[in-house]
Order: sequence, then structure tokens, then C-alpha cells
Amino acid sequence: MITLHGVTKRFGDRVALDHVSIDVLPATTHVLLGSSGSGKSTVLRLILGLVEPDDGVVLVDGTAVGPSTRAALVARMGYVVQDGGLYPHLTAYQNVALGAEAQRWPRARIGTRVTELAVMAGLEESLLRLYPRELSGGQRQRVGLMRALMLDPPMLLLDEPLAALDPVVRAELQGHLGRLFAELGKTVVLVTHDIREAAVFATTITLLTAGRVVQRGTFADLVDRPATQFVTQFLTAQTLAAGAPASR
Amino acid sequence: MSIRGLLGGAALGVLLVHSVAHAAPKGVIRVGSKSFTESYILAEAAAQVIEQVGEARVERRVGLGGTGLTYRAIESGAIDLYPEYTGTLGLVILKDPALRTPQQIRARLDTRGLTISEPLGFTNTYALAVRAEMADRLGLETLSDLARHPGLTAAFSSGFMERADGWPGLQRHYGLWLANVRVMEHALTYRALVNGDVDIMDIFSTDGQLERLRLRILQDDRRFFPDYAAVLLVRRETAERFPRTWARLRETFEGQLDDRRMARLNAMADLDGRPVPGVAAAFLGTARPASGRGAALVTELYALTLDHLVLVLVSVASAIILGLPMGVVAARFRRAGQVELGVIGMLQTIPALALLMFMIPLFGIGKGPALVALSLYALLPITRSTYAGMIGIDRQLLEIAFVLNLGRLRRLFRIELPLASISIMAGIKTSAVLTVGTATLAAFIGGGGYGALIVRGLALDDTATILAGAAPAAVMALVFHALFELLDRLAVPRGLRREAARVL
Repeated sequence: MITLHGVTKRFGDRVALDHVSIDVLPATTHVLLGSSGSGKSTVLRLILGLVEPDDGVVLVDGTAVGPSTRAALVARMGYVVQDGGLYPHLTAYQNVALGAEAQRWPRARIGTRVTELAVMAGLEESLLRLYPRELSGGQRQRVGLMRALMLDPPMLLLDEPLAALDPVVRAELQGHLGRLFAELGKTVVLVTHDIREAAVFATTITLLTAGRVVQRGTFADLVDRPATQFVTQFLTAQTLAAGAPASR
Repeated sequence: MSIRGLLGGAALGVLLVHSVAHAAPKGVIRVGSKSFTESYILAEAAAQVIEQVGEARVERRVGLGGTGLTYRAIESGAIDLYPEYTGTLGLVILKDPALRTPQQIRARLDTRGLTISEPLGFTNTYALAVRAEMADRLGLETLSDLARHPGLTAAFSSGFMERADGWPGLQRHYGLWLANVRVMEHALTYRALVNGDVDIMDIFSTDGQLERLRLRILQDDRRFFPDYAAVLLVRRETAERFPRTWARLRETFEGQLDDRRMARLNAMADLDGRPVPGVAAAFLGTARPASGRGAALVTELYALTLDHLVLVLVSVASAIILGLPMGVVAARFRRAGQVELGVIGMLQTIPALALLMFMIPLFGIGKGPALVALSLYALLPITRSTYAGMIGIDRQLLEIAFVLNLGRLRRLFRIELPLASISIMAGIKTSAVLTVGTATLAAFIGGGGYGALIVRGLALDDTATILAGAAPAAVMALVFHALFELLDRLAVPRGLRREAARVL
């Protein structure tokens, strides 16, 4: 359970988030939707404790995120970023194993877990010997996902995980991720600007613009009962741009 | 991990082996000299006498520099004996113009644990020399005559410029004023004088080049320059511990060298280009085994190469041990880091030679202080590149390390240092190649290495000897560069290497 309560965050003069409240229910997928600069990535960074709110509070499983609690809290989270965020000097395997090594897992246990994850992420295990630059974008992202899932955290935070991929790979991975989230029963917060991605993944969507929440609800809510003109504009602009007919 | 391997590696091994080999056994007399021909010859002759007596082993620490350096060396016990002059002892070292006779000086030195021999025979007083042709043209004969020609250009050695018995005193004594006075390395001034770029230089009365270069000494008509009778200055405990040696040295030198003989010996080295050991042997009347200059140089070069390697490896290793953590700290605590980098940057603005000189009051002379100065000098490239490498790491990669709960040490060694390794290695490479060059200056404070040849070559005005020191240093710099290119392949993680190739 992740809760933002009346959170305001400024970077210098710029207000990144303005009194934002969000509830993420356990075992659901919550999509933070918005264009760049809407403040959606800042929400993730607040949950991870990488930045602190100027006002309001961020609660993870009932504990306020702060300098003294954040280390314990991130242990319950997996973090996936655009293009995988892999360490270029480590092989894919070493990247995936990092967290478990830090927890002093025995080597054999790490090996078993990595094999398990490779199957789960749909990655051929032999590829794990390679360095990130020797992998394709889609493969890198699967490795990033494996790394985030290594210690089986109950929460998974993903920041534009598919943005760097070409359409075919993206569609394939989209389906894969959707099934995975449902199967594993994780509490997922996914940041994206892509409305179709939101449609595929979301239990709940929060649409943000300029640091404010515009609407919260299911995809159907947004389409059928847009809170403001902006919601409709946002939805149609993307579908038009993508060359598909506007939904309804 | 690779960088830690590098630290623990070859450099330290060499250091250990070498320091053991250098541990001085009992029965050593360290012979020093200043860095001009006469001093080299007398020191070498003394060294050969000590070897003949066989009571003690000899260590040559010649070419230490000017009076200040060399005297501090004997006072601190870094050397045991060197040739000095009564005038210098009285005026510069004891700072008492009333001290004139050897007896007076010896009595005063006693409290400092030093003593001197009787005069060797010649006096080597300061003098000013001009081109004979110009002297005739302008009617210059005495120092008093100079007062009529304020437009002449003078180049003096730095010692002469500073000393009370040098230019300041002379100026006052004769009421002289020259529009154009500059400081120049003594050995280089001869050429400038002969070419006419300079009109007046300071010179020693036993200078071997006076006649050959058609120079004339201006007479000290109002008796300004004190007596500079040459003597051997020795630590009293050395003289007492090796009585046979000291007796033989006195017997060999006292009263045995008049002005003409000394000038001839100087000329043999300066003008005929004979190596100093040969000249010293000629004075002693011992035929030195004619091993030939080439063979001797090869043996010497080998020793100096080891010496130089130790200087470079030890100082770069210390700079890595010190500079790498400093760079890491500077990157973590940005504000304190700026102060730290500023201070190291300031160190770098001190000319290397000056930095070496600063070491003397703190650590004396020799290899130790040279290593300290070289390490400080090698510090900046390593610290800066570590800092740059650390702050250049993609922020997202650091955040992921935090989310992965890696912990500080694991994050540093497994993530940050490897990611910064390209930059760090570049800094170490720069530092090592620079240090090969800078280390040639170590010889100016008795630190040894290739610089010993350069210092000697400068003093003897012998271009071949200078090159014999400078060329191997250049080769060593190239070798280091090549070695580090190789090391790059090992120390930079495989996954980063293609990026490395792109960056460079």
C-alpha cells in the first residue's frame, strides 16, 4: 500500500507537484499518466525516497518515507527505468545478481533464482553472459526487470520501461509484462506518457499535468467520463498521432 | 577491484626490494659537493682517497646545489664531507665577517659538530669577468672602472645575487649601478658572455675557462672580496671515527693545490671534456683503470635507471594511495571537495624545483624529501581525474544502486570506482608520464635518478652529459605511456572498453 497525501514538491522555483494525493492499493497496477514535465516521475522518486516532499507525506505500508526509513523501505521495492539502467561494466548476470550478492545469498541460490527469472522474463539464459551493450534494447529491458524482481519485492516501480523500444518489441514486452504483473500479484506503479500502455496495464490511472492530478479512475472512466476537456484532448491527441481512430 | 590490484602490485614490490638494498651498512662516508666543476673534482678526489684507504665505503652525493643546500646536508648528517671555502664559511654560513682565519672558523664550527682541514692551497675568490676585447675597447681594468659603464648587461648566478659577499655588497662597496642585471644558471652564462648577449658575469678565480674563452677578470682594486681558501669541511664524528682516512685526506689535500693547478684541473674537465673521475685521478697521480667513458656511462645509466624508476613508481604509487581516496571524498562532499581540489591545485602552481627546495627544511635532502615532493606533484592529476570520474557517473545508475540496497562499500568498489575507472586510469597515466619528467629535478636535492647526469652536465657545461640524462628520461616516459595503454586494457572493465575507445 502506497499513499501520497497532499504532497508538494518544488525544484527551485518550479513546482513539480502541487498538493498531489494518490493511493495505490496492494496487488493492483497504478499507472501515472502524463506528458513530460507533468511530475509523474517525481512521484516515483518520492516513493523511493530519492527526493523528499516540501509538504505533505508519502507513506509506504503505513511508514512515512524519510531519511531514516527509506533504506528499509526500498528493500520492498524493485525499480525499473527506461532502457534497463544496467551497469555497463557488469555482465547481464552480474547486474541481475547484484542485490542478492549484497544480501550475501549463496552462489547456488543466486543461480537458481536467475534461471527462474530468465524464464519469467522470457530471456534466453545464455544471453546473461553478455554485457549490456551487446544486448538489444528489449533484452536490456528484460534484464532490468529481472534485476528488479531478483529479491521478489512486493512493490514494483517502473519509469517509462518501454519508451526506448521499437514498436514490435514494445508490443511483445507489453503483453509479457501485463501477464507477469497479474501472475505475481505485485503492487505496481508504472509511469508512462503512452495512453495505450496505460490502457493495457492499469487497474487505476492517475492523469497528471503540470504537477496536478487531473483525473483518477479506470481507463474506461477517463474515456467515458472525462473530468475536464484536457482529459479528452490528451487521449485523442495520442491516438490521432499514432494513426489510429480516436476511441469512440 | 582492478584498481586495488594495481595498488598492491609491482610498485610496492620494487619499493621494498630497493629500500632493503639501500639500507646503509656501518662504515660509510657520504661525500657531497656543490654543483660546479671544482666542487665535483675535489669531492671525487676525496672519494677516491677514501676508497684507497679502505676504512669506509664511499657514497657519492655530489652536485647538491648551492651553499645553503650543501651546508644543510652536512649539518643534518645527510653527507659527511664536502669541499668548502673559508670566505663562504665565515660570511654565508657563520655570518660573521670578523671570521677570517681557518683557526677562527674551526673554533666556531666546533659547536656545530663540524671541522675543517687546513687550506688546500688555492683561493677561489669571486671575481667579475668581461670579454677581453670589450675590456680593451672600454678601458676596463678594475671594478672601480665599472662605475663609468652603467649600460653594460650583467648575468649573475643566483648565489652571487643574494650573498652579502656577492653583488649587493659589491654594489655598495664600489657604488656601482647597472641598468640590466639578471640571474642565470652559471654554466650557461659563459656562452651568453662570449656571444655578447651579456657583458659581465661572476666567476671564480680558478675558473678553467678564463683563458680559453678570452675573458678578463676585473681587479678588485678596493679589496672587497674576502679570501676564499678552499678547505675540506667534515663532520667531526666522521673524522674521529675514521682517523686513518681523515689523516690521509689532509695529507693529500692540504697545501697541495695552488691556483694554477686547480685552474688546470678545472680546465681538464670543462674544456677538454674529461670525465671528473679521470681528472680527480690525474690530481691524485693514480692511473684510473681506463674503463672508457662509454662503459662507465652504461653502468652508471643502469644504476640511475633503477634509481629513476624507484622515484617514479614510489611517488606515483603514493599519489594513487593518497589521491584516489581524496578524489572520492571530494566527489562525495562537494563543498569540502572544492577546497581540497583548490589546495592541491595550488601545490601544482608551485614550480617543481621550488617545491623540492621547500622539502629541505622539513625533511633534509636525498631520496626521501624528493619522493615527498614528487608524490605531491603527482597528486593533482589523479585526484582530479578520480573526482571527475566520480561526479561524471550517471545519476540514475547511482539511484539504482541505492534502490538495490548495495551498501556504501559495495557501491563504491563494485559500481562507482569501476564506472570512473576510465577517467581514473587516464589521470594515473598522465601523472606517471609527468613524474618521469619531474623526477629529473630530484637530483637537485640529492635525490638521484637521471637528473644527476643533467645536473652534472649543466655544471660542467657538457651537453653530451645533459643529453645522457635527458634522453633516457624521455624514453622512460614513452615506455610508461605504452605500459599504461596496456594496463588500461586490464584495469578498465571489459563492458566499458569500447566506450573508452570512443572517448579517447
